[in-house]
Amino acid sequence: MLTLAIESSCDETACAVIKDGREVLSNIISSQIDIHRKFGGVVPEIASRKHIEAINNIIQEALDEANCKFEDIDMIGVTQGPGLIGALLVGLSTAKALAYGLDIPLIGVNHIHGHICANFIEHRDLEPPFTCLVVSGGHTYLLNVRDYTDFELVGRTRDDAAGEAFDKVARSLGLPYPGGPHIDRLAKEGDKDSISFPRVYLEDDSYDFSFSGLKTAVLNYLNQEKQKGQEISIENVAASFQQAVLDILVDKSFKLANETGSKKIVLAGGVAANQGLREMMEERGTKEGIQIYYPSRILCTDNAAMIGSAAYYNYRKGLISGLSLNAEPNLGLN
Amino acid sequence: MEIRINGLKETEDFGIKLGRLLEPGDIVCLNGELGAGKTTMTKSIGIGLGVEEYITSPTFTLINQYRGRMPVYHFDVYRLENVEELYDLGFDEYFFGNGVCIIEWAEKIERMLPEDRLVIDIKNGKNIDERTLHISGHGPRYEELIKELE
Repeated sequence: MLTLAIESSCDETACAVIKDGREVLSNIISSQIDIHRKFGGVVPEIASRKHIEAINNIIQEALDEANCKFEDIDMIGVTQGPGLIGALLVGLSTAKALAYGLDIPLIGVNHIHGHICANFIEHRDLEPPFTCLVVSGGHTYLLNVRDYTDFELVGRTRDDAAGEAFDKVARSLGLPYPGGPHIDRLAKEGDKDSISFPRVYLEDDSYDFSFSGLKTAVLNYLNQEKQKGQEISIENVAASFQQAVLDILVDKSFKLANETGSKKIVLAGGVAANQGLREMMEERGTKEGIQIYYPSRILCTDNAAMIGSAAYYNYRKGLISGLSLNAEPNLGLN
Repeated sequence: MEIRINGLKETEDFGIKLGRLLEPGDIVCLNGELGAGKTTMTKSIGIGLGVEEYITSPTFTLINQYRGRMPVYHFDVYRLENVEELYDLGFDEYFFGNGVCIIEWAEKIERMLPEDRLVIDIKNGKNIDERTLHISGHGPRYEELIKELE
């Protein structure tokens, strides 16, 4: 079965063609295309208007690369939320028009569900149940994934998302946006034990996260050192900060895996591209006999292939949306 | 008006008090450095407005929407590259709508804001937990609101 999937929840306009939920025939993201040549203008970061300008070309590109036509497509998958309302509506309206015009099913997808499914594309043999950590610039979720479309939300951030903490600390260190990869790189050169930043674990039985206090602690440290006229080692700050975030992410993920008896921990979202996180997870996984999975970088960031995979599994469960499907900026899980 | 607050508890007390006084259509602008406590303040205002969900940082999504006594729109324009992008978000529907708008980093979009608004500048104090709030009201509604806060 071929799914044409559309993702436009935030910055990227993306379209993909997916076969049977696991095989990528094409995966086009607007920012990767020679935008100037194609659209005669720059696609700025956040603009629903720009999604509109880009989307038809992106869809055509996805079909061309997959070597298929509209008539070959069996269903349309689209991100319903969470995300920016204006941006979501562009993808959703386009998806509805296609589903109606082609007379094929329309499948609404939760963006977070998509991130989880990126792993089904990457690892053909991966099957639920497993423990899943979704970490990105906008999201931090710890989940029990029971089946392809059945997941239980166990923990989430109470303030800043993990990736957001990375970006904000990076900015205060004078690093360019997005800051995560720069912190990751610098952290390798620094001493992770050089500065003691707080680890906020919240209540004993809680799987929730809080990163706002850590961000503030780093900013306070930078201010204090500046006032004292001390030279600041950004490598050491990056390494110590990153370690504080990773300690919490890794500890809570393993705690949940151990509690549920899961032998698999699956990472998803932009922060799953963090080398430090991957290594720390794998190291501990080897010790505790837990297998670690994560997608390749292109599937970590927002993309439509993951939406196509999630749409396929929704379809198999009979979760077909009507043409009255609406965008839900605050769409939660379950 | 200037208020000195010490620690999380006092921030919460102030935020909740302000939240209880807010009415549909009100605009609250929050300025201050990273880590000054803008999102913390918003959480407390949210409690005063009857929001029961966790209010989390909207840095990534730019706008988060909550249900309280009235709709609550929580903006964070930190990431905006240029103010024109606000048009694409349909900001005016929020600013001139029936909910309460709480806007972090409002100074970045000053010329797009309605003239009448409450502005809270959060400044770091000498101690780590100390903050000074500079509060100003533009327009009669907000001058009145400040009197109620005193």
